[in-house]
Amino acid sequence: MLTFTIRRLILAVPTLLFISLVIFLLLELAPGDPMAQVPLTVPAEVKEQMRLALGLGEPMYIRFWKWIVQFFWIEPQVLIDHYFGTTFAEGKLRVISWQTRSPVMDIVIQRLPQTLWVVGTAYVVGILIALPIGIYSAYRQYSWFDQAGTFVSMIGFSVPPFFSGVLVIVIFSVWLGWFPSIYDTTLVVDSWESFKRQLQQMIMPVMVLALQITAQISRFMRASMLDNLNQDYVRTARAKGLGERVVVMVHVLRNSMIPVVTVIALGVPSIFGGAIITEQVFKVNGIGQLLITAIQANDLPMVQTLTFIFAVLIVLFNLVADVLYGLLDPRIRYD
Amino acid sequence: MTELSNPQPVAPPRNQWLDVWDQFKTHRGALWGGIIFVIIIAGVYLGPLIWRVDPQFLPQGRDFINLRDMRPIWVGLFDSSAKVSWAHPLGTDNLGRDTLARLMMGGRVSIAVGLTAMLLALFLGTLVGVVAGYVRKMDGPLMRLTDLFLALPLLPLILVASLLFREPLSASFGPEGGVFILIVVLIGITSWMPTARIVRGDVLALKEREFVLAAQSIGTSGSKLIMRHVLPNVLSPIMVSATLGIASAIITESALSFLGFGFPPDFPTWGRLLNDGVDRVVSFPERSILPGIMISLTVLSVNYLGDGLRDALDPRIRGR
Repeated sequence: MLTFTIRRLILAVPTLLFISLVIFLLLELAPGDPMAQVPLTVPAEVKEQMRLALGLGEPMYIRFWKWIVQFFWIEPQVLIDHYFGTTFAEGKLRVISWQTRSPVMDIVIQRLPQTLWVVGTAYVVGILIALPIGIYSAYRQYSWFDQAGTFVSMIGFSVPPFFSGVLVIVIFSVWLGWFPSIYDTTLVVDSWESFKRQLQQMIMPVMVLALQITAQISRFMRASMLDNLNQDYVRTARAKGLGERVVVMVHVLRNSMIPVVTVIALGVPSIFGGAIITEQVFKVNGIGQLLITAIQANDLPMVQTLTFIFAVLIVLFNLVADVLYGLLDPRIRYD
Repeated sequence: MTELSNPQPVAPPRNQWLDVWDQFKTHRGALWGGIIFVIIIAGVYLGPLIWRVDPQFLPQGRDFINLRDMRPIWVGLFDSSAKVSWAHPLGTDNLGRDTLARLMMGGRVSIAVGLTAMLLALFLGTLVGVVAGYVRKMDGPLMRLTDLFLALPLLPLILVASLLFREPLSASFGPEGGVFILIVVLIGITSWMPTARIVRGDVLALKEREFVLAAQSIGTSGSKLIMRHVLPNVLSPIMVSATLGIASAIITESALSFLGFGFPPDFPTWGRLLNDGVDRVVSFPERSILPGIMISLTVLSVNYLGDGLRDALDPRIRGR
């Protein structure tokens, strides 16, 4: 198992390098000019110098190599410096955003907590709702509960987040006035009162994201439970006189969780991607919103870094899912 | 010893598709999904023949004041001061354009994008899947390519690419045509991977079957073999992923339009209409909710249709 993990980790490196090259080449085609916002009164030769200062004068492969070095070599050093107070990265050039002229990773670190709070809570809530629904609808297949569960998850698949988001805003913040429609990221939670406010503003985005997650995972849970409920070992367990509760919740559930756990792991990166839209609807200034503004402002280093971070998440969680599958299911041998 | 009876078939052999239809009919959700999907398509394509109002018509002068910001007809039931008229049953927008006509036009674009993008994704997916499953040498590289595409962060890349290629395509195909091609191609080349994987798996299994061997032994050429013997047998998974592909393509297109990376503002699609309505959602909630309902209803009906097709086309489930 360890050798498999190590082999996969080593294989992930060329994959990620290739993906970063694809993203870089795609952005290289960008017709947008980062100097477009500079006033027309600035003389052409000054503009040319500004362009050179951004590093645009170099050939393509040098800029790609520089980005790789900055991202994989200098940024980890900055992180180490931050935690241990060392000075590895002093005076070295980091990935700089063209929009704000500050290091990209600093902005990402600033924005990350908002996204993680909203998306993370939604994911946990969604899973906690989905598992019991999936278990019960499989146990009582074709009952009214199962039919209702199927319908709700169909709705979760079909209603896009930009519509369900707008809908809950109209219902809960315009008509009922219960929750604020805009997520206030400057809110500091230090008292009971502010905690309540934080909870109120989180409910709607979490609800919208959790609906989609619940729809997917409850379907998987149901299908996986159904696969196992008809197996011979279940009949054996019942025949030897075990209670229904033990049979379903211990014997069947443990075996059914194997594929579901991997699906949960695989879903993490796609949730980050899907959160781009939800963040836009509720004006959460997380990394999704950062990406949208960066694309609109032609901020290539920012777009490159963010897209690459998404790619890293996907590759990483694919690996996690594979390893988890091998760990949970002793029948699976990768060696 | 009695003569062994030689049973003769009493009824003529049934067409396979009749069996499929019989199974499909028993899935009530799928049947309703199909009916609603057909109604929506008929509504957006044939509706303009009955509802002859130009969706792009802008009233001028005094008409502009009179005709703009009209509410849907049912608002008049509980709000007697609301501006309603039977001439515009779903109201008008802030420029006085008829909402019903705009919804039809938006639906035409959204469904056309969904169908063409699905066809492109299906073509690419089937091509990659068949080649990877049939030609042993290509299997490794093509599946690595599929894995690579699955590892790309698709939504961010679609957003980036839709901004990059907008100008050159608009220049050569006109603003609407260029964006249409751009969005269809982007959705198509980012959603073929599941189809390719399913088709490859099925082709790999089919290749070992006797009828393929029989066809090979009478000298059928490779391309004939694929077209006549392999492809018809992988048709059912392709059809199921086709319906699901329409649904995801419509959602992706609406999401792009919603984020402002899709069609230009004067060219409505459902996602665009929803986005335009968001700014004044407090006073005119119907402007966002109506297109949103149309998107959700279309996708819901297509999803149910795909669900029923999956059951109907699976011979193990059929006949039970």
